[in-house]
Amino acid sequence: MATPEPAGGGRYLGWLFVLPGLLWLGAFLMLPWLVLAALTLARRGPYGEVLWQPTAENFRRLLGFGLLAWSADYLLIVGRSAWTALVTTIVSLVLAYPLAFFIAARRRGRTRYALLGLVIIPLCTNLVIRAYGWMLILSHQLPPARLAGWLGLIPAGSSLYPGRLAVYLGMVSSFLPFAVLPVYVTVERLDWAIVEAARDLYASGRRVFVHAILPQTLPGLRVAVVLTFIPAMGVFVVPDLLGGARYMLVGNLIQQQFGPSRDWPFGAAVSLVLMGVTLAGLYLLRDRGREVEIP
Amino acid sequence: MNEGLDVDVSDAPPATTSPVPAVAVPARPAGWGDLEVSGICKSFGAVRVLDDVSFRVQGGEFVTLLGPSGCGKTTLLRIIAGLERPDRGQVILSGRPLDRPAHQRPINTVFQNYALFPHLSVFENIAFGLRSRRCPASQIGERVGRAMAMLRIEPMADRRPHQLSGGQKQRVALARALVNEPEVLLLDEPMSALDAKLRAEVQIELRRLQRRLGKTFILVTHDQDEAMTVSDRVLVMQDGRIEQMGTPAEVYDRPRTRFVAEFLGAANLIRGSRYDGGLETPLGVLVVAERLDREGGTLAIRPERVRIVRGCPPVNGVRTRIRETIYRGDHVDVLTECGLRARTPAAGPYSPGQEIWLELPPEHLVVLAD
Repeated sequence: MATPEPAGGGRYLGWLFVLPGLLWLGAFLMLPWLVLAALTLARRGPYGEVLWQPTAENFRRLLGFGLLAWSADYLLIVGRSAWTALVTTIVSLVLAYPLAFFIAARRRGRTRYALLGLVIIPLCTNLVIRAYGWMLILSHQLPPARLAGWLGLIPAGSSLYPGRLAVYLGMVSSFLPFAVLPVYVTVERLDWAIVEAARDLYASGRRVFVHAILPQTLPGLRVAVVLTFIPAMGVFVVPDLLGGARYMLVGNLIQQQFGPSRDWPFGAAVSLVLMGVTLAGLYLLRDRGREVEIP
Repeated sequence: MNEGLDVDVSDAPPATTSPVPAVAVPARPAGWGDLEVSGICKSFGAVRVLDDVSFRVQGGEFVTLLGPSGCGKTTLLRIIAGLERPDRGQVILSGRPLDRPAHQRPINTVFQNYALFPHLSVFENIAFGLRSRRCPASQIGERVGRAMAMLRIEPMADRRPHQLSGGQKQRVALARALVNEPEVLLLDEPMSALDAKLRAEVQIELRRLQRRLGKTFILVTHDQDEAMTVSDRVLVMQDGRIEQMGTPAEVYDRPRTRFVAEFLGAANLIRGSRYDGGLETPLGVLVVAERLDREGGTLAIRPERVRIVRGCPPVNGVRTRIRETIYRGDHVDVLTECGLRARTPAAGPYSPGQEIWLELPPEHLVVLAD
């Protein structure tokens, strides 16, 4: 006998374990997604109901071909969302990177866990509460807004919100933990011998960073980008509360269509486009099959 | 990335235009590569890792720091490399005190697990030090090419470290350090990742390489075989102190302390209590060749120096019975009831219970300092 046959039914046993997950994903992810995709081709009825009459109207509208004339409003919202998400991601990474090193450098495990705890605690607080927190901090009575007013950056007596700054502050503070944690994991496992080897080979500080530290933390940075960029693209609470009417993002648009406007087909079209833009962004950041051994 | 190499190959074939062969030993001023370590102390917290360590290495010598783990040998190496700062003492290279950080010392290191840059090719790994010092691209191609030829790793130039075997990685690490023409090369347990058979080959090769280059090599190991094989001199360390420094023959045949005697292979230790024309021991009065200047002490003799003889020998004979014989392939260990261990070539017709005479030749009895 060469190789033992799996016992009766053993071949299908594996599927049995996977089945619940597959069913779950099929029923609650794939199916709704197909419905959503179908919705994009439907039409809104006069009372907000869905009329199943195939049309490309929703996408035409998104591209700016309105009833009266071409307008870039919706494209602007998508572009602004992508830009805001990108800036949020970059700022989060720039802040998270040194923070991860700082935490990993603490000698005592207790201190490290306490600091990590401080990073994670905001995640346990409702996003709305955090947004209101920023509203308080940026209100016109408190020092930040007063200082800005005194410097002439904003009219005296006004608050620092709603506006772009408030949105960025809110977004970065929401997503920073998602950037810190994956970077921290790679920093903690960093092979310092490689750093020493670089120094031994006369490397300047910049060269040590580029060749000995950055490549080792790259996997963590990639995860951090994914974990920050995707939610930042779809966020709607933060811009809603801190951005005001003039700072609408895709998330708000979608929420508006499915909510007050009762235009599900258009909302679905925007959702699909958001998904496309996000996937395109991730595609640009993908790991190009570079094999880097993490010891 | 390999433009330097391409330029080199097309414009200037090294065979004709570079008269200096890959492994030429250039004329060096006297004292070049001399290394002096003086009064080094180092503590980590309350733990004293190095306790007033001083020694000298001559330019072109191959010296091994040998000792069990935790004896401070690696810390000493790191201090020489400039990766660690001593609390006291200094390192003097070629007559000049070394107080510069690692990246300004004419010293390079082969790290324990090689610490190659995982994202760089073999060529770029080796070129790293040259690029750090902004060496012209044409020179980089030529020098890296020569280093790769010397270590026979040219076919691997474009591979990444994870595509190499342990032995190949080690060659890359060696090439990466040597291409910078350091005055001293440090090697931190460079064989620990290799299997036993390969290790033996690499040891001999490393020895030859060092001889050809005429550079000072300092190697750290806990493997006494390795230390004996490669070094001109061995520096035996324990608990942050130097126990003994000498040629492999000196430390093996004339150990100064119990620790050295036992760390470098098997040793019979015999306590002697009183001086009386010889040494009074539980085995009787033993005569030693060297002068005794103390009241007693411990004697050491290597098992292979203990002779098994038929009749009573003229001096230092011990009458005993064989307790056990252990066949070891190339020799037989004979354990006796008096506690001595003798080592004979495999052909011995010995069996347990047999009465024998052991002879402890005076010239092979070493009086230890402790």
